[in-house]
Amino acid sequence: MKTTALFSVQDYSFSIGRAQILQDLNFDVTAGEYLSIIGPNGAGKTTLLKCLVGIYSEGDGKITLNGKPLEAFSRKELAIQISYVPQAETGPVAFTAGEFVLMGRYPHLSPFSSIKENDREEAIEAMRVTGTLEFVDRHLETLSGGERQKVFIAAALAQGAQTLLLDEPTTFLDPRHADDIMSTLSRLNEESGVTIISVTHDINIAALECDRVLALKDGKVAFWGSPGEIMDRKVLKNIFERNFIMADHPVTGKPYVVPGRA
Amino acid sequence: MNQKKNTVILVLFFSALLVIAVAPLIGMKLTPLGAVFDPAGAGIEGEIFWKLRVPRVAVSFLAGAALAISGMVFQAIFRNSLATPFTLGVSSGAALGAAAYIRFGLPAAVFGIPGTSVSAFGGALISILLVYGITRARKGFSTATMLLAGVAVSFFFSSLNLFIQYISDFTQTFRIIRWLMGGIEVAGFDSIWRLLPFVAIGTAFVVYLTNELNQFTTGEEIAASRGVNVVRVRRILFFAASLMVGGVVAVAGPIGFVGMMSPHICRIFVGPDHRYLTPATILFGGIFLTLSDTLARTVIAPAEIPVGVITALLGGPFFIWLLLGGATEKGIL
Repeated sequence: MKTTALFSVQDYSFSIGRAQILQDLNFDVTAGEYLSIIGPNGAGKTTLLKCLVGIYSEGDGKITLNGKPLEAFSRKELAIQISYVPQAETGPVAFTAGEFVLMGRYPHLSPFSSIKENDREEAIEAMRVTGTLEFVDRHLETLSGGERQKVFIAAALAQGAQTLLLDEPTTFLDPRHADDIMSTLSRLNEESGVTIISVTHDINIAALECDRVLALKDGKVAFWGSPGEIMDRKVLKNIFERNFIMADHPVTGKPYVVPGRA
Repeated sequence: MNQKKNTVILVLFFSALLVIAVAPLIGMKLTPLGAVFDPAGAGIEGEIFWKLRVPRVAVSFLAGAALAISGMVFQAIFRNSLATPFTLGVSSGAALGAAAYIRFGLPAAVFGIPGTSVSAFGGALISILLVYGITRARKGFSTATMLLAGVAVSFFFSSLNLFIQYISDFTQTFRIIRWLMGGIEVAGFDSIWRLLPFVAIGTAFVVYLTNELNQFTTGEEIAASRGVNVVRVRRILFFAASLMVGGVVAVAGPIGFVGMMSPHICRIFVGPDHRYLTPATILFGGIFLTLSDTLARTVIAPAEIPVGVITALLGGPFFIWLLLGGATEKGIL
């Protein structure tokens, strides 16, 4: 049986001005998969995410979604299939959490059409799943970083897309909130079958939670494989140019890494 | 919550009706109601009322609404309450366009549309594209870059404007200077017809794009990821706002600060949602400029103060209040 890829990236390169950000990328993402993208700062992770969402659209090569090139979709068609949670520092938003999540229904609205009952239901459901219903009337600016991040995820879910792209969802969060976000994502992936593509800096999180890891370095694919395979000192040293110490997780028995000079 | 917003809009609506009804009666001499409805209509008081004051109030209201709504659009796109036709140099661009037309232009209209207005629209569009381009080119899209770009563009166009005045003869120069102060001196209904199409078309685009304006205030990337065709919508909105600023500037000169204060004050009362903010801003802007103009033509009657002087006297301190963070304290952008 041939499973068609959700995303298929073929010979894809992208540059901003004269700076080459992504170079000759080739990989597929299967529907229902949880993919982590790791790599050093400036490797092109965020750019890759924006190319997949279609925010950047002038790359060379090809990105297809369900076999159809991204450019062939209208912005709204794309938004119904893919949603995006940007990095935390996106500037102030004057809306309440509830209004913001409801605004995620935008691709389902036509001009002049007001919000319908089912839009409201979808928004409430998205807030319930992410545990943000209690903030519904709070202004976004009064929420903590972790709460705000969860509201952004709720808004992305309300959009109704089955694929969720996140840019460093746990950076700036304390361990409890970070874990909260990670378990929400895992739950969405396992129970609702949402495809998740997440950029992260935490190798252990990448290895622990996801099905597959993509590592970028200088805009090229430095590693593409299972979480088990990334837990290798040579592989990691090649990506991050740094030595790592490996150990076995005392509870799960899976390997985990800490940076070290040894 | 929404009940309160609807109430605010309703109050503004009836205030607007009241202002439009009462303002034409006020002047150097109060017009007695009898003269207004004199069936013969021949009395001098009725004449002044219908031919001078009514058109003037109509133009003030339209101009105020148009400037306010342009300010609202710029504030949404730049995500910044300091973005207005005035601070972004759009008024200066429009003024240059209009002045250039007065100096060099053919006296005739272009395809039936007054040339001053078309020329002012062109100037407005060029300056907003310039300022947006400059702000965008610097990484981070900061307030400082935006204001500096606005100041730079404003200076540049004002200098060109001075140059035009320099090479003009004495009467033309006087006309341009007087008009640059911003003033609504209209006679007859001509000015209304010169202004109305610009305001109507511009407003129609803005109302049509209400949902998109809301998305813009959360940032362009989120808007794009939610399905907004950011580039196209932004282009249409800049076009619509330039149309309105150009139309107003051609008729009334560059009147400042209406576009800054109106959307901002309305946001305090109805919040950031453009479904409520747009009607509130239109009404508030109209009321505000009509009242300012009534003040302008009565306070030292029989002489008149240019209305731009009054709005600037009110707007300057308001701008400083915003700059010092009055807006952020209130929890609005």
